[in-house]
Amino acid sequence: MRELVRSARTTEEAIEAALEELGLSKDEVEVEVLEEPNKGLFGFLGVKDATVKVKECANPEKKAVKILNDIFSCMKLEVDITISEIDGRTLINLNGPDLGILIGRRGDTLDAIQYYINLAANKNAEKRVRFIIDVEGYRRRREETLSNLAHRLADKAKRKGKDVVLEPMNPHERRVIHTALQNNKDVFTYSEGEEPYRKIIIAPKA
Amino acid sequence: MNELVELLVKSLVDKPDQVSVQAVEGDRSTVLELRVAPEDMGKVIGKQGRIARAIRTIVKAAASKEGKKVVVEIM
Repeated sequence: MRELVRSARTTEEAIEAALEELGLSKDEVEVEVLEEPNKGLFGFLGVKDATVKVKECANPEKKAVKILNDIFSCMKLEVDITISEIDGRTLINLNGPDLGILIGRRGDTLDAIQYYINLAANKNAEKRVRFIIDVEGYRRRREETLSNLAHRLADKAKRKGKDVVLEPMNPHERRVIHTALQNNKDVFTYSEGEEPYRKIIIAPKA
Repeated sequence: MNELVELLVKSLVDKPDQVSVQAVEGDRSTVLELRVAPEDMGKVIGKQGRIARAIRTIVKAAASKEGKKVVVEIM
């Protein structure tokens, strides 16, 4: 994190000098006054400059949006970014034409972007923000699909009296399935294998 | 594609001025050779290569939009 100590005749002037040097605006920094200015006696005895410490205070949300915008302009994509809060996390939804490439196979690319943004935007941040990145509500739709799939496969497991093994999924997707079948009377679920090939098994209750 | 890799990496490292990306054109794909300050190595690779994998995934997606094959190599 960048910080600067500057002195000037008044506190305001010192802050301004530091801001200019850092290239930041006032709401992007934290200011600590190290020394109050003293006009002195008759303007010359004991005259003291004001000294301030200006610290860049990283705002992860602003940073995330800036980095995303930079990435998309680099990829020549037109993306509209909207931000909202859910359960103490920050949801960044991306909208625009042809954003399928940002999702990738089973959300691979989307997960990579999300992981990357969580690192890059929180770098040097005092308070970390957890970001969820979504494209056109893909994650919500995928959750519905997974939960429907879970119920269908639970029926199958029950009908055939056999375990049903699902394809490998990431922790978030597995959680959706476990949650969907948590209160199911006929089956129970568990995971097997090592990341990234960990998969769920739906087993009929004896 | 160089710019994208540079952009991605510069936000992760402590010494962005020491990030360099060099494209080496192969017959079937382009190799982007990424160099960072030695103390920043861990920040672009990550635990079990997780950060490196995320960078590669994003770059691959961007390249596929332009119908290219790109490999990011950390030197």
